[in-house]
Amino acid sequence: MCIECGCGQQPHEKHDHPHRVVSVHESIFADNDRRAERNRGYFRAHGLFVVNLVSSPGAGKTALLEKTLGLLPLRSGVVVGDLETDLDAIRLRKTGTSVVQVATGTLCHLDAAMVARAVGTLNVKTLAVLFIENVGNLVCPAAFDLGEDLRVTLLSVPEGEDKPLKYPPLFRSSNWVVVTKIDLEEACGFDREACLGHLGRVAPKARILELSSKTGAGMDQWCDELVRAYESRPKGL
Amino acid sequence: MHEVGIVQSTLAMAERHARNAGGSAISSLLLRVGDMTGVVPEAIEHAFDVLKIGTLAENASLVIERVGGIGWCEGCSLEFSADGWIAICPRCAVPTGDLRSGLELELVSLEVS
Ligand SMILES: Nc1nc2c(ncn2[C@@H]2O[C@H](COP(=O)(O)OP(=O)(O)OP(=O)(O)O)[C@@H](O)[C@H]2O)c(=O)[nH]1
Ligand SMILES: [Mg+2]
Ligand SMILES: [Zn+2]
Ligand SMILES: [Zn+2]
Repeated sequence: MCIECGCGQQPHEKHDHPHRVVSVHESIFADNDRRAERNRGYFRAHGLFVVNLVSSPGAGKTALLEKTLGLLPLRSGVVVGDLETDLDAIRLRKTGTSVVQVATGTLCHLDAAMVARAVGTLNVKTLAVLFIENVGNLVCPAAFDLGEDLRVTLLSVPEGEDKPLKYPPLFRSSNWVVVTKIDLEEACGFDREACLGHLGRVAPKARILELSSKTGAGMDQWCDELVRAYESRPKGL
Repeated sequence: MHEVGIVQSTLAMAERHARNAGGSAISSLLLRVGDMTGVVPEAIEHAFDVLKIGTLAENASLVIERVGGIGWCEGCSLEFSADGWIAICPRCAVPTGDLRSGLELELVSLEVS
C-alpha cells in the first residue's frame, strides 16, 4: 500500500491519485466537549452549582429529587430528560420547583447542546443549584459531559452489587455514587460489602453515599454533602 | 444504541473534514477505539454499514484501530497495561482511576477523493 496516500498502489511517485489522506485526530466527543465547556463557563458566571444525575432506568432518580427538593435549603431548578413522556416532570413540578422537560426522542442520553437549550428557558439568576436528571441509561451518559460540577451515579439495591463491574466507564466517570433503595437490602439479599468493594475497584476516587428515598435514611447526609459541595463550588471564569 | 450515536458523530465529523478538504467522497476512515471505553467494535462496524448510506462515506471502508488500556498506580508510580475494563496495579493489587490510555475514541484520518 502507498503509505503517502493510503491507496492500494505502489510506489507513490508513479501514480496520480485523485484521493488523499486528511488527518483529523479529533475525539468523537469533541463537539459535545466544546459545548459542555461553554455550559460550564455560563454556569460558573451565574454561580450555579450543577449536578448530573445518572442511573439505569428506575433506579430512583426522580424519587430522590422529589425528596431532595423538599429538604435542601438551596433554591433549585431541574432539567429532566426522558425518552417519551413528561411524567417525571409532572412529578417534580408538584414540589414547586421550576422544571424543564427535554424529550430526547430516540436518543438515550442528554448532550450539552440539549442542556444549553433547556437552561435557556430557566430563570437561572434565581437559582443556586441545577439538577439534571439524565435519561435512564448506564452506557451513553458516561461519554457526554454536560458541563456539570458533579456527576452522581445512582445504583439501586435491586440491580445487584455487581453493576459497577458491568458498566465501569460510567462509575469511573462519577464524582459520587449513591447506593439507593437501601430499605430493600434484606429483601434482595444485597451483599453490601461486595458492592462497596466493586465500587472501590472501579471508581476508587468516587465518594460513596447510601440512602433510601422511601424511608429517608441517609437523606440528611446526602443533603449536607450537597450543601458543602455547593459552598465549595468553583466560581467565576 | 450507544454505537449509533458514535457513528453518527463520526460521519458528521468526517463529512465536515472531507468538505473542508475539497473532497466529494470519502473512501476510508480510520477510527481509534480504546479498550476501556466499553465500545464494541463489531457494533460500530454494523452501525457504520447502515448509517453511511446517503453520506459522503457511502462507499467508504472503516478501519478500527484498538488501543490497549494503560493504568498508572499512584502508590508505586508503576505504569501498567490493563486488560478488561478495570485497571489494577499488579504490584500493589490496588485499583486506579488514573488511566493513561484506553479511553480513546477518535477519528484519526480519512481518505477523500
Ligand atoms: N423501596 C424503594 N423504592 C424506591 C426508592 N426510590 C425509588 N423507588 C421506587 O422505584 C421506582 C422507580 O423510581 P423513579 O424515581 O421513577 O426512578 P428513575 O430513576 O427516575 O426512573 P427513570 O426516570 O424511568 O429512569 C418507583 O416505583 C419508586 O417509588 C427507595 O429508596 N426505596
Ligand atoms: Mg425519572
Ligand atoms: Zn446511546
Ligand atoms: Zn502499585
